[in-house]
Amino acid sequence: MAAILDVKGLSAWYGPIRALYDLDLTIEQGGVTALLGANGAGKTTTLRAICNMTRRAGTTTFDGKDISKFTTEDIVRLGIGQVPEGRGTFTGLSVDENLRLAFHIRKDRAEAMRDMDLVFELFPRLKERIKQQAGTLSGGEQQMLAVGRALMLAPRLMLLDEPSFGLAPLIVQEIFRILKRINVEKKVSMLIVEQNAALALELADHVYLLETGRVVTQGPSELVKNDETLRKAYLGY
Amino acid sequence: MEFFIQQLVAGLTSGAIYACVALGLVMIFVSTDHINFAQGEMAMFATYLAWAMIDVGFSYWMAFVCAVLLAFVGGLFIQRVILKPLETAPVLSLVVCFIALLSFFNALAGMLWSFTIKPFPTPFPPKDIFGNGLVSAQQLGIVAVTVIMLGILTVFFRYTTLGLAMRAAAQNASSARLMGVRVSWMLALGWGLAAAIGAVAGMLVAPIVFLDPNMMTGILVYGFAGALVGGIGNPMGAVAGGFIVGVLENLVGSYLIGNELKLSFALAMVVGVLLLKPAGIFGQVIVRRV
Repeated sequence: MAAILDVKGLSAWYGPIRALYDLDLTIEQGGVTALLGANGAGKTTTLRAICNMTRRAGTTTFDGKDISKFTTEDIVRLGIGQVPEGRGTFTGLSVDENLRLAFHIRKDRAEAMRDMDLVFELFPRLKERIKQQAGTLSGGEQQMLAVGRALMLAPRLMLLDEPSFGLAPLIVQEIFRILKRINVEKKVSMLIVEQNAALALELADHVYLLETGRVVTQGPSELVKNDETLRKAYLGY
Repeated sequence: MEFFIQQLVAGLTSGAIYACVALGLVMIFVSTDHINFAQGEMAMFATYLAWAMIDVGFSYWMAFVCAVLLAFVGGLFIQRVILKPLETAPVLSLVVCFIALLSFFNALAGMLWSFTIKPFPTPFPPKDIFGNGLVSAQQLGIVAVTVIMLGILTVFFRYTTLGLAMRAAAQNASSARLMGVRVSWMLALGWGLAAAIGAVAGMLVAPIVFLDPNMMTGILVYGFAGALVGGIGNPMGAVAGGFIVGVLENLVGSYLIGNELKLSFALAMVVGVLLLKPAGIFGQVIVRRV
């Protein structure tokens, strides 16, 4: 399988503070890769650095194209949809407007309308609240909206930052079930950052383990799941 | 009673102009948190351009449309060339930059067209609408042009994806980038729109106050008062605030304090609002968790 995303020697800084050290990372076409590690390991930074949202160095190749110097907007337009930390809700816009914002960059309006129907099919709750101000949604609904917004971009790769954060277990399960469907049915590759390692390992086929801005180990998720020392040391279960 | 109605209509008329100025200020404020002190001078300059075009033989409405378009391009240009490099500059540098723009346009207009006062034509006939001396065609025209412009802007922001993208960029820039919105260009568009709205205000007011490089100074203060009264983060509030300031200023001026003190009244309103209700009448209080 060819890699959809290939990252080489990725480093990133917040002001003078270095957060990533020469990270190498590959995501296979159609694959789901999980990025695990403790708080402050550099997981969110990795996602931000891929989209050029922070000062960074190293090369990022998306679908054979070097995107290291691209702006965030252009990276998104190429087909990388990010579900950011904190969900990035446009609180003053309605649910409908949050989703329709993607029409701004979609040339294929008919296809975009179908994607909107798909979002409402996957998340019927968003449809019920279509005219509501997005800021009044519950945390789980806002997370659904964030996934929906990213899906509206017709991405080939989705970067997800802790989709389970602060949500009730039932909602988390629902969201992960839907992510699985998106991966299988829409053939969207995924890079998913999670605190909840057990959950991420269910969905992912490949795992990277980060510690203080470096890759400690990586491999198929089966390997990590079955390695008790690794699990105990880094994943805490 | 008749006198009261006349004052009310006059207040609504000047209110329409303050509403335009206030809206121009808010347009830039919502996306950048900056107050463009040059808003008035940019409007004045666009009005001079219209005057120059009429002078060489353009019809009024032709010159009107051209001036609005030129103002739009000019606003866009100012954002791209002057303000974009200052994106991360401290706010005081920007204030200085806005004041520099203000004196630049003022001096340039004086240099090109001299500081002597010029008459500016009005497209509205010198007619009394109801034949009872209450509403003139000029007054009705000013309010009508303002309302039409507000209607167009409302449709643009509510029903077009570009308008939606601009609102999204103003609300949450980093999230907008993640939706592929070119945020920096949205700011430039905001500047263009603000300049165009200002141009409309300038051309509406010029027949009343006459054209000269300082004609917008007082009006900017009223516009600012309107924006603050309505809530500086809220476009609809700013428009309502403009009308409220126009009406109050006229009524207070003619019944209580006399016309000479009207501008001081606007300043008193600014101070009053900032002291009593800093978010404005229609503004939202922004609560931040710390």
